[in-house]
Amino acid sequence: MPVPKDRKYLETHEWHQLAGEVVTIGITQIAADELTDITYVKLPAVGAKVAANAAWGEIESVKATSDLYSGVGGTVTAINSELNANPGLVNSDPFGKGWMIKVKVADAGQLAKLLSAEEYLKKTGH
Amino acid sequence: MTLFGCANTLGGWMLKRTPLHEFHVACGAKLVDFAGWEMPILYRGIVEEHLQTRASGSLFDVSHMGRIHLTGAAAMALLDKALTRNVSQQRVGQSRYSLVCNPAGGVLDDVIVSKHAKHWLVVCNASNREKIVKHLTGVRDADGFEAEISDQTESTAMVAVQGPAVVELMSEALDVDVKSIKRYGFESGTYLMSRFTLFRSGYTGEDGVEIIVSSGTAQNMVKSMSGEMSKPDSPIKPAGLGARDTLRLEAGMPLYGHELTEGIDPISAGLGWAVDLGKPFIGVEPLRVIAQHGPAKKLVGLELEGPRIARPGSAVKSGATLVGEVTSGTFSPTLKRSIAMAYVDAGRSAPGEALQVELRGSTVPARVVALPFYKRAK
Repeated sequence: MPVPKDRKYLETHEWHQLAGEVVTIGITQIAADELTDITYVKLPAVGAKVAANAAWGEIESVKATSDLYSGVGGTVTAINSELNANPGLVNSDPFGKGWMIKVKVADAGQLAKLLSAEEYLKKTGH
Repeated sequence: MTLFGCANTLGGWMLKRTPLHEFHVACGAKLVDFAGWEMPILYRGIVEEHLQTRASGSLFDVSHMGRIHLTGAAAMALLDKALTRNVSQQRVGQSRYSLVCNPAGGVLDDVIVSKHAKHWLVVCNASNREKIVKHLTGVRDADGFEAEISDQTESTAMVAVQGPAVVELMSEALDVDVKSIKRYGFESGTYLMSRFTLFRSGYTGEDGVEIIVSSGTAQNMVKSMSGEMSKPDSPIKPAGLGARDTLRLEAGMPLYGHELTEGIDPISAGLGWAVDLGKPFIGVEPLRVIAQHGPAKKLVGLELEGPRIARPGSAVKSGATLVGEVTSGTFSPTLKRSIAMAYVDAGRSAPGEALQVELRGSTVPARVVALPFYKRAK
């Protein structure tokens, strides 16, 4: 399963893509496929604070409800409100149109501690 | 996020495989452990397979379900004692939904019992198969019923073909006039010189059939259909257990382990129609008492506000008072809303009752609605 190398990962299946001082966060194809049809993504408000390794949202599918985590701390600058009407975007395009939040990071160095694509695949047994 | 309830990384070596395993793999199924069987949870997507079933037709492998044969002079008497339904009134070619209860009236399993010319067939849940074989054997031995009990599950296959296009298509494919078979009736036919039994029943809320056939013939049957089924506009496509669950939930049908357990009686579950309180059977006395006084809790349908899904175990409240617990929930692909089944206090069970469901710390308004959520157009 393709896992883009231009981002950093958590073992809990979130991806993080840094552009300037803003990190875009979503979940991987592996996670989206495991969840099956996603029915709801609970997103934070713009301006909300996100802490590293703390839950900032929830994702629901026909199968289960799970917390969403971030590997970095910061302030939410944008949310993908398309997901309210069409949560299935996370299934169809998890690394693109299925992105969830953008976070202005307090310390971009935190990203270095996250998993590379190879490490993520290894950790999750794929 | 944390993934749970996803067992598809389990080694397949420890799981039983159905005769249709190769078909599932060829169709790109995602396989999971279900009651010790390696079963397809989905092929293309749960919602897509669900809607395909409602719009046209789907084929489900249900070979994991238990198929128990009973023969002998007292097979009927044994079943009459073990089942809530009066089987002595059943004619050859008829199937009946029934419960198997423990002496306290709790449900050991829900089954379909069919009367063949020379034997009886009990189809039970995969997770309860060993328990039911043991239970029936125990009832036989305790009362000295002259009956043979034989578990035929692993020598046969069973498929369900469900949806509005199915009756006509299966009539052509199998040369059986399915339309002439009544709901919960069955007939035998021959396919490639092998006998099969076709039941007009199912677990989706759609019209359709369930077919029991020898393992080898089942493989040939689906092989001959699989080319056709892989086309994008095929009227019948494979569907997995995920869609089967959302379909049965919309149809208001109970699932063992959720709406039915050994601690739940059929009257509370709304299955009084499948319980003949006028005959003696195991569990009848407590059930008569419950029926007379009315159950303390009743199974209801709930419609929740918003997109969030109620999960088994979610608390149901009326204001500050805990009044019940959710047993199943999903986002209904047909109705496009969040639906659930729950046991609630009988006094709160009337359709229209405003309740709340606790979901991970938030309180979601819900309303009691009559079951089923979905009823097909006749």
